[in-house]
Amino acid sequence: MAITRKDVEYIAHLSRLEITEAEADEYTKQLSDILEHVNRLSKLNTDNVEPTYYVMDMKNVFRKDEVEPSVDRQKVFKAAPSIENNGFKVPKII
Amino acid sequence: MELNKQTIEQLHKQLIEKKIKPSDILDSVYKRVESVDSKVKAYLMLTKDLAYDMAKKAGDRIMKNDNVTDLTGIPIGIKDNMCLEGFNTTCASKMLEGYKPPYTATALKNLIEAGAIFTGKLNMDEYAFGSSTENSAYQTTCNPWDLSRVPGGSSGGSAAAVAADMCVAALGSDTGGSIKQPAGLCNVTGLRPTYGRVSRYGLIAFGSSLDQIGPMTKTVKDNAILLKYLAGIDKKDSTSAPIDVPDYDSNLRKDIKGMVIGLPKEYMIDGMDKQVKAKIMEAVKLLEANGATIQEISLPYTDYALDVYYVVAPAEASSNLARFDGVQYGLRDTSADNLIDMYKKSRRAGFGKETKRRIMLGTYVLSSGYYDAYYKKAQKVRTLIKNDFDKAFEKVDVILTPTSPTTAFKIGEKAADPLTMYLSDIFTIAPNMAGLPGISVPAGFDAAGLPIGMQVLAAPFAEQKIYDLTNFYQTKTDWHEKRANL
Repeated sequence: MAITRKDVEYIAHLSRLEITEAEADEYTKQLSDILEHVNRLSKLNTDNVEPTYYVMDMKNVFRKDEVEPSVDRQKVFKAAPSIENNGFKVPKII
Repeated sequence: MELNKQTIEQLHKQLIEKKIKPSDILDSVYKRVESVDSKVKAYLMLTKDLAYDMAKKAGDRIMKNDNVTDLTGIPIGIKDNMCLEGFNTTCASKMLEGYKPPYTATALKNLIEAGAIFTGKLNMDEYAFGSSTENSAYQTTCNPWDLSRVPGGSSGGSAAAVAADMCVAALGSDTGGSIKQPAGLCNVTGLRPTYGRVSRYGLIAFGSSLDQIGPMTKTVKDNAILLKYLAGIDKKDSTSAPIDVPDYDSNLRKDIKGMVIGLPKEYMIDGMDKQVKAKIMEAVKLLEANGATIQEISLPYTDYALDVYYVVAPAEASSNLARFDGVQYGLRDTSADNLIDMYKKSRRAGFGKETKRRIMLGTYVLSSGYYDAYYKKAQKVRTLIKNDFDKAFEKVDVILTPTSPTTAFKIGEKAADPLTMYLSDIFTIAPNMAGLPGISVPAGFDAAGLPIGMQVLAAPFAEQKIYDLTNFYQTKTDWHEKRANL
């Protein structure tokens, strides 16, 4: 499963990354090399093996649904690139 | 001996006897930073005002004998991926240049409560993607043992700062080997705790099923002391383990009689430096002569660990890094006239090459049509790797290996080829995939005078066994006391 330049452009779009022509070429080669290495996994038989998404045997850690103080809103806005009327301001969406 | 060169244990004794003040230690640390960090380049930022303020508070605590801990008055350096409220936290990325988080990581809060002092923020590979600090957007840290070589990574700044006595101890974080590998290359003692041992709240996420914060110190004893304060359950991290934290340093055994050490035959790979192997076998002989039993073991799926890692870690990274979108914090490109372009241009400007590469790789293996073939497949093989270790720990107490197949490589040597760079983490990745705790301790030097690290692993939450064995080793050797001439 070699990765094509078209794949790389599509993945860049999904990743919300603008990349140059030269970068697209470079990533096509490097990602192909890495995936070729990784493809060895396909040869292993894992028919009756469950995936390990988390190593610890913990499920659904619950806490009481109680209101607690959160991070102060004005502190959060201090780090924002652009704010207006107590909201994050962004360029036109549609 | 200058105060900056001493251990937590030695300094604590003088502090409580009121022979020295916390600010004396701090003076000595900053004097050292002043004289050598222009060469080593370990710190991204010094937090002098904060540090002297913390030193004053620690001094007051000691004077009043009020809640004095082992860490009260001890200067500690922080890897720059841990949030400290009001202070730059960059993750060595342009994306977070000047970012001051509105909250503090739990691990750091624990240290503040214990009365420790923060000296500054230490360099790393951007978002912890790398094994050399060459991926930092700001500077490449140099190995104190040879300034033309890398300190390892991603916690290279932390390792170099401890090795060069520019702090008494440091915090690192470890996903695929980012504490152990630089510790090994810089002659430092670095532990990656069991997944879930230390809260990840406030650690800027890379691979959420792998990341752990851990101590990097001058001795095993110091490491045990520091972990005691870092570890524990945190309601802000639901993956932190509800398991009691032992008094690691007080519990340390005086001998290693009857301990069973496993040597995995799969770790004797081609490409391993002969001098590294020789030093590790020397250590094994020493441990055997002191009552440990050596057993060859097999971890058959070791060879696939790197492949699994380079699917799972980028997959998790690509989704974690989706948060950097130029909206709530971080860099924003202001030239775009619509939202999608703003995302794309901001991320282009804010992220370095390796970061983009990992985001792309992770997005690909998670994308429709490839998820089962790559991501799910890798997680299944991860189970096989974990099973290997589970089986081994039925027979042995600890597993011993080199930390890295070679000593520190030259700056620039592996930068162009990501795959070769990835191979330097080959011994640390497999145990990390299984969530195991592991340490790297100094085990000697090669002919060029470069440090060699020895990795010791144990079953989940068996950090005590690791400390027992390696602390004993440090009572019989003096590799960890050696310092580079700077």
